[in-house]
Order: sequence, then structure tokens, then C-alpha cells
Amino acid sequence: MKKIEAIIQPHKLEEVKEALKAIGIDGMTITEVRGHGRQKGHKEIYRGQEYQVDLLPKIKLEMVIPAVRYDEVIKTLVASAHTGKIGDGKIFVFDVADAIRIRNDDRGESAL
Amino acid sequence: MSRYLSTTFFLLTALASAQPADLEKRLSDLDKAAKSAQSAGDNAWMLVSAALVLMMTGPGLALFYGGLVRRKNVLATMMQSFVLMALVTVIWAFIGYSFAFGEGTPFIGGFNYAFLHNVGAAPNADYAATIPQQTFMIYQLMFAIITPALISGAFAERMKFSALLLFMTLWMFLVYFPMAHMVWGKGGLLNAALGGKIPCFDFAGGTVVHITSGVSALVCALYLGKRKGYPNEPMRPHSMVLSTVGACLLWVGWFGFNAGSALAASSLATSAFVATHFAAAAAALSWMVAEWAHTGKPSVLGAISGSVAGLVAITPASGFVKPMPALLIGAAAGVFCFLMVTAVKKRFGYDDSLDAFGVHGAGGTLGALLTGVFATKEINDLMNGKALGWVDGNAGQVLNQLAGCAIAAGLGIVGTFVILKICDAVVGVRASEDQEIEGLDLSMHGEEGYNFEA
Repeated sequence: MKKIEAIIQPHKLEEVKEALKAIGIDGMTITEVRGHGRQKGHKEIYRGQEYQVDLLPKIKLEMVIPAVRYDEVIKTLVASAHTGKIGDGKIFVFDVADAIRIRNDDRGESAL
Repeated sequence: MSRYLSTTFFLLTALASAQPADLEKRLSDLDKAAKSAQSAGDNAWMLVSAALVLMMTGPGLALFYGGLVRRKNVLATMMQSFVLMALVTVIWAFIGYSFAFGEGTPFIGGFNYAFLHNVGAAPNADYAATIPQQTFMIYQLMFAIITPALISGAFAERMKFSALLLFMTLWMFLVYFPMAHMVWGKGGLLNAALGGKIPCFDFAGGTVVHITSGVSALVCALYLGKRKGYPNEPMRPHSMVLSTVGACLLWVGWFGFNAGSALAASSLATSAFVATHFAAAAAALSWMVAEWAHTGKPSVLGAISGSVAGLVAITPASGFVKPMPALLIGAAAGVFCFLMVTAVKKRFGYDDSLDAFGVHGAGGTLGALLTGVFATKEINDLMNGKALGWVDGNAGQVLNQLAGCAIAAGLGIVGTFVILKICDAVVGVRASEDQEIEGLDLSMHGEEGYNFEA
């Protein structure tokens, strides 16, 4: 099993979710995060006081998938999250030791 | 008004066929009915005005200030307004009203209204002849509540709550009651209407409310020192939404503050209402334009701050100036206060967190001086035919206004400094570094403003 962590642009979330749903991936966890890679931030001014805001809002998607579906999921993710501009995000992949369904104690890939 | 006219018409036609002895009685009844209708109108308006002014503190100011601070301090900031609604009320009931409006010296009232003795349904003709004195008392109480609340803008995010309670109590006695008495109390030194030696025109409290609190705020900001991390660490408003709602409530509430200061449902109240609204509008625009030109984007914070600046500046002038000058006063205040909170604050480096000095102290002073320019007997014949301001030919009034400003500022500076020293000795005024880092909501009140886990 592989865990996929994808940091994407917030406005791409709907498209990514739809694309993953279309290939049968429903289970995921979504968090609102802040961060940046090489993307520049923006300037905010409050009553003359300037602030450089470098931490930008992003969405983090986490999902665990069977290893056989890896190439397909990555391809779908990249295609739906892509805009071509700096700030598109990154995907990290981890190996998963185990997965357990809390309701009925299913283990391994059958828990996904 | 039309009820008065129709009553009059009816009684006059009835009079046409009346006997001589009847006539006297009917005239007297007519007179009573007219007075009663006027009184009812005045009292209704004044009670609504009192409610509007209280709304300015809670939730107006609470929201306005609350939104401007960091999330970890939102409750503590709102509490600084809310608790005063309670604290000042009790002090006012026991002795505050008496010290402000009782009979005493030119500087402070006496004990004749202690525990609100003799403050009941009967009007006090010196202050407001057509409403119960109790109405006048409760209306004035709302001013007494919001004035100290304004100061909290200067020491936001770093003042100990216990110190706040002690500070505010002492401030009422040393600064507010004397200033209110001097400007509005019978025999007060600056009271234009009741024979003060230095007649100062302050319709709704530019000096009493805004200059005293604004200048006191500056003293507090300097004494307490800067917030940890200021000015390098970003300390953005955590909710401009709350602040915008608060500013709108302040604008609407201000009609009670200024128009209500006519103490009657009269054409003067209307005039003050209009002047107030016009100044707010012009100031919002002028600050917005000034900022747009200076930074390239018109911020919402700028627009709402502008409107507050205009409202502050028009406060002393509201019942004395015509509508066009009101627009001008607002426009001037917008630009002036914008410069105060951006350029001047940056230049001197003091941490007046929510710009209590920049908006209230500075805006109040500008407004008080412009009152000396634009006050006219055509709007308010307070001095029985005598010229009011420069436009009436009395340029010297500006000097009297300056005297009023100086006294308000002096009282604020000296009083506040002494009080801070006392509070520091008794309880310590500034939150500890750990308390400040944790946030006052947790450290002072054991609460968090937002708990998003279900």
C-alpha cells in the first residue's frame, strides 16, 4: 500500500476530487494548510503597516491506495491539479505498514 | 407634530362656541396637551438614543476592536468593553452622576445626587427641561461607559485584567467626572450654555470623550510599552469581518451619541443627525482616497477607520454646524487621521495598537478646533444672539476651543500617568511575557474565542 500526500492549489480541489472519484478513489483526508516552495507571497497593508505574507494557503490531500493502482492515481492527480504556474504543488509518496478499518477490524488492502 | 396640530385645531374650533370661564380651562388643557406631547416625543427619542449609545460600546466597539487584534486576544479585547458596561454603571449609580452633574465647584460636582437621590421623573431644567432627570442620567451614563472603553485600544493585547478594572475605576474619578462636569455640568468651567468662564462648544463630547480618552491612550501606550515583537512581527487583524460589523454599529449608534445630545426630539437633533452622517461619509471617502493614492489599494480597514475618524471629529461640532461644513470636517478628519496613524505613528514608533490616540485623540482635537471655526448661531442659538464661531464673526472662539482641548489633554496626561503608577504599584499593569505569548484569552480569562472542534 502507498500513502500519497499531495499539496495542491485550493482552487483545484474540486477538479482533483472529481477526477479521483471518476477512477474509483473515494477515500481521502483533506486539510487546509499554509506553505510555500519557491512561490513568492504577497504584501498586505493595515493602516500603513506593511506585512509580507509568505505562507500561502494550500490544500493537502492524503490518501492510501493499493500499490497496483499507484501509476494510475499519480497520473490522474497530476493531470487534474496542474495549471503550469509556480505554486501548483508537490506530491510525496510513502510506504504504508498497515491499514485497519475500525468498524470491523479489516486489515491490509481490504481495509482501504 | 401632526397630533399637536390636530389637537390644536380641534380645540380652537371648539373654543369658537365656548363660554369665557370654559376658555381659560380649555387653553390650559391645550397647553398641557402640547407640552405632554413634546415631552413624550423627547423622552422616547432620548431613551432610544441612550440605547443606541450603549450599543456603540456593546457590541459596536467590542466587535470593532475585537476584530483588529490577534485571535488569541479576541475575548479579552471584547471583555475590556463589556466589563465597563457593568463597572461604570455601578459607579455612576452610586456617585458618578453626582460628581459629573451635581452642584459643586467649576471643576467637580458635589454629593447632592449621590445614590441618585432626587433623580427621578421630574426634569432638571438646567440640563433638559422636557424629560425626566432619570432619562438624562441614563443617557449620560452611556457616554461614561464608552469613554474609558476607547482607551483600551491603546493597551490591547498586553494589559492585565485586574489592572484594567482598577485603572478604569480611578480614571472615571480623576479624569472623566471632572471633565464632564467642566464641560456639561452646572457651573462647569468650560460650560458655554451654563455660564462657564471659558465657554467651549462641545455638543456631544469631542473633548470630554475623545480627547481625554485619546490622550490617555497615548500615555498608556507609552507607559506599558510595545507589544512583544512589535513592529517586526506581523500582527494582522484576525477578523476584518467583525471589525466592519462593529464599525457599522458605531456609525448607526453615533446618531444617538450626537443627535441625542440635543436632549430633545427637535430640529436641532435632526441637524446633528445629518451633520453626523455627512461627516462619517466624507471621512470614509477621504481616508480611502488618501490610502489608495499612497499604497495603491483602498483597504476596508481604511474605509471603516475613516468613517470613525469623521464621526469623532463631528462629535463636538454636530449641533453647531451646517451640513456642508460637516462634509468638510469629515473630509479633513479622514485625511488627518490617516496621516496620524500611518506616518506619525511610524515616525515616533509608539505602539498605540488600535489607534485610540490617532483617531480619537487627534480626530477629537481637529473636530474641536473646527467647531470654533464653523459653529453658527443659525444652527444653534445657544448664546442668545451672540456669535458662535469664526463663520459668525467670532474668530476668537477657536482659542477657547484650544483651551478646552488643552485642559482635556492635560487632565488626561496627568491623571492617566498618576493612575498607571498607582495600578502598577498595587497589581502590576502589564501582562507577563508568558501571558502575552499565550494570549490574554487563555491567560486572563481561561477561555478561547473560537473552538472549532465540534
